[in-house]
Amino acid sequence: MITLNVNGSTFDTETAPETPLLYVLRNEMELNGAKFGCGLGQCGACTVLADGRPIFSCLTPIAMLAGREITTLEGLGSIDSPGPVQKAFMDEQAAQCGYCIPGMIMRAHALLLQNSAPDETTIREALEPSLCRCGTHMRILRAVHRASEGFQQQTSAAGEASQ
Amino acid sequence: MTVLDHLELSRRSLLKGGGGLVLYFSISPGRLAAQEGEPTPAPPAAAPSPPKLPGSLSDFPFLDSWIRIDNDESITVFTGKAELGQGIRTALSQIAAEQLKVDFSRIRLLTADTAQTPDEGYTAASHSMEKSGTAILHAGAYLRRMMIGLAAEELGVAAGDLKVEDGAVVSSAGERRSYGQLVSGRSLHVTVNDQTGFFEPGNYTVMGQPVPRVDIPGKVTGEPSYVHDLRLKGMVHARIVRPPKRGMRLSDLDTSRIDDMPGVIRVVRDGNYLGVIAEGEFQAIQAMQALQRAAQWEGGASLPSDTDIYDHLMKLPADTSVINGPETAVSPPDGAKIVEATYTRPYQMHGSIGPSCAVGLFQNGQLTIWSHTQGVYPDRAAIAEMVGMDERAVRLIHVEGAGCYGHNGADDAAADAALLARALPDRPVRIQWMRDHEHQWEPYGSAMVVRARGSVSGSGDISSWNYEVWSNPHTTRPGPAGNLLPAQLISASFEPEAPTNIPQPAGGADRNAVPEYSIPNARVVEHFISEMPLRTSALRSLGAYTNVFALESFMDELALAAGADPVEFRLARLEDPRARDVVTTVAKAFDWTGWEQRPGRGRGFAYARYKNLAAYCAVAIEVDVDGATGRIRLGRAVAACDSGQAVNPDGIRNQIEGGLVQSASWTLFEQVRFDAEGVHSADWAGYPIMRFPSVPETVEVHVVDRPGEPFLGTGEASQGPAAAAIANAVADAIGVRIRDLPLQPERVRAAMQA
Repeated sequence: MITLNVNGSTFDTETAPETPLLYVLRNEMELNGAKFGCGLGQCGACTVLADGRPIFSCLTPIAMLAGREITTLEGLGSIDSPGPVQKAFMDEQAAQCGYCIPGMIMRAHALLLQNSAPDETTIREALEPSLCRCGTHMRILRAVHRASEGFQQQTSAAGEASQ
Repeated sequence: MTVLDHLELSRRSLLKGGGGLVLYFSISPGRLAAQEGEPTPAPPAAAPSPPKLPGSLSDFPFLDSWIRIDNDESITVFTGKAELGQGIRTALSQIAAEQLKVDFSRIRLLTADTAQTPDEGYTAASHSMEKSGTAILHAGAYLRRMMIGLAAEELGVAAGDLKVEDGAVVSSAGERRSYGQLVSGRSLHVTVNDQTGFFEPGNYTVMGQPVPRVDIPGKVTGEPSYVHDLRLKGMVHARIVRPPKRGMRLSDLDTSRIDDMPGVIRVVRDGNYLGVIAEGEFQAIQAMQALQRAAQWEGGASLPSDTDIYDHLMKLPADTSVINGPETAVSPPDGAKIVEATYTRPYQMHGSIGPSCAVGLFQNGQLTIWSHTQGVYPDRAAIAEMVGMDERAVRLIHVEGAGCYGHNGADDAAADAALLARALPDRPVRIQWMRDHEHQWEPYGSAMVVRARGSVSGSGDISSWNYEVWSNPHTTRPGPAGNLLPAQLISASFEPEAPTNIPQPAGGADRNAVPEYSIPNARVVEHFISEMPLRTSALRSLGAYTNVFALESFMDELALAAGADPVEFRLARLEDPRARDVVTTVAKAFDWTGWEQRPGRGRGFAYARYKNLAAYCAVAIEVDVDGATGRIRLGRAVAACDSGQAVNPDGIRNQIEGGLVQSASWTLFEQVRFDAEGVHSADWAGYPIMRFPSVPETVEVHVVDRPGEPFLGTGEASQGPAAAAIANAVADAIGVRIRDLPLQPERVRAAMQA
């Protein structure tokens, strides 16, 4: 048995340890955010965070993830209470088919955790591993800029509170 | 209504009815008979031979095909079109809310489902707004007028004394009748007559507004939104094994090691068709990998290679026809400057980010398939034929997939689900393709060749124009069962039907090949090649991408020969004021006349009206070309689009911007690689597409609204102009014309060194 820590809760699974995380998230935990795109780490649709860093869940066996904090799209917020990056994607209408968007949001979230005020080039480089086929890139970039404003406000509010 | 509700409804109905759903809806008798190959009967007496009705009302003239109002005041709108990520769920709901004068949130929209919605064929050709949108517009307006008439009768007041507010008719004295009360006990099975003069675009409050997409909140928070997210009780997982290349036969297979693998329920083999069903999804993948190793294949068709494909195609038998202009080639007059050019476009793929997926359930003699097909009705007919079932025992329900951009693997995956579910009755079977299945087995956009020969006179007039296009088919959709890949593999196999071209004026291979400019004696010839070295079908904009790329590149080449400004050269030959408007809007927003050239920097312009019938679109873009590497950097892009009455301007912007960026990817990066051994573009490393560092610096889209004008399809309007604008900008930057797509760095370097 492997115990996973997903979105702040533990989950025990009897699934074979070589199974990539994606299949446990989608089929056992019934989390839809992470998507199968290529199974090769080339498109980023399956991206989730492990200890705050983006990983390809389609490639990463669950055996490697015991004891690590996994965050999926669902861990950032819900339809009734979306997180700042999710909210920014809604505000910018940054989706067409939307299939790649969860991976984009996870990667953007990981970037903003490291750097709450990234410039355009930094955002483009951070999103480079994620593919979008509908051509929604311009809106995605706008959404990440917008989300960074939310992150900065949070950071400065936290800073003031601690003073 | 969310996708989840839709799934829940389907599931409940399915459980209750054992697969056979009993829901009243109206299929026009004309359409039913036509499907069975019988002459169209006269319309019922209640509908005295109406004139041809607008949009899809011509096939489904009855109000209850489109709108249902229940006693509890709930309003259901039906469309046979499918949400593909283009936002029609939102736009169609806006039309209904506006015309019915109810709050947007009250509209429940049901999309393509053979048990519930009209047969609107394929969600294709940018037709959803023109066909379904127009039908809902007229049906909604008709229903509202009907409600006013009924209320006037009940209340004994004049219709002019009544107004409509949020689903109720109210008199000036304050008496109120809700739609639910008014329709109670009444049939809506009435013909929607013409509504001329009933629309008031000036007073619209929902249509014309950038209403946020109804599907985005769920998609960005992980709500079940796609067929991939469907989890039915007892569902099992399947994977398929395709031959290593086309035409190969399965000669030997020992499944003994696979049968004993953990979770494996069944290996499914039927002729050359091979798949495996397991309890767990990763178990199915592991079994598939073992099955790939165990399967022995022989034979197979030899392919030409991607380097000699154009010569190969042009030597194949072709159906040649002059589609515009004189029968024989037009000779340039003496003294004219002659320009000759050959343009090529390789095979390119849809490349959906999510591979094709479907769920099938065979239970009590009924087969139900959940699929991201673009056409639930035609796909149902093909699947029923493949499995030898009565169409009425097969139900196709559309559930969104990843963006498809045309005929990708969706229909074939639905056929996989049918075969696999039939092999394991009573359990829902979910099949999802692997990445290599999608890349290697989807039908591609055809490789194409265009040869243009024209001339300009000393006064700058275009004095001759000869244009020839060679292409494989652009539509091989089902159709008959033989157009489904799995049907070609099973032992009782089906042959694909002989492909045909879509005739002018829309055209298929020759889509947008006829110039919209006033050019005397413009001669356009099409060479339609039926034999397909690689399977091809509809990729977003069909032949228009190549034809607009070629035609608009050639216009720039002629403008250069005439010493004319490319924008002025176009405007001098464009009569349609709406075409001129998008051209001048872009030129102004881009500051075409004030733009200053720098070394390595160029600008390009292009215009087309999609199919010469749908939305008008112009694009200008600037590029920087790195002389050392040959790398093209896209700078500022400006587009303008006239889609008629704009229902959701942000939806139009999203489509135009997305089409432009997608086309930039095709134009700069994309080419299917293959040789005698098979297709080598098996993943994103073998078929690179545009990534974030390469997308344009900015894209701005101007929507030219035309209140009261018919809706014009927009989803495929910007691909052609974007490609030509980029090619023209590169030529402007480096002073040399590149006519072979994609515009890869090595081609740029070679052109600059030549």
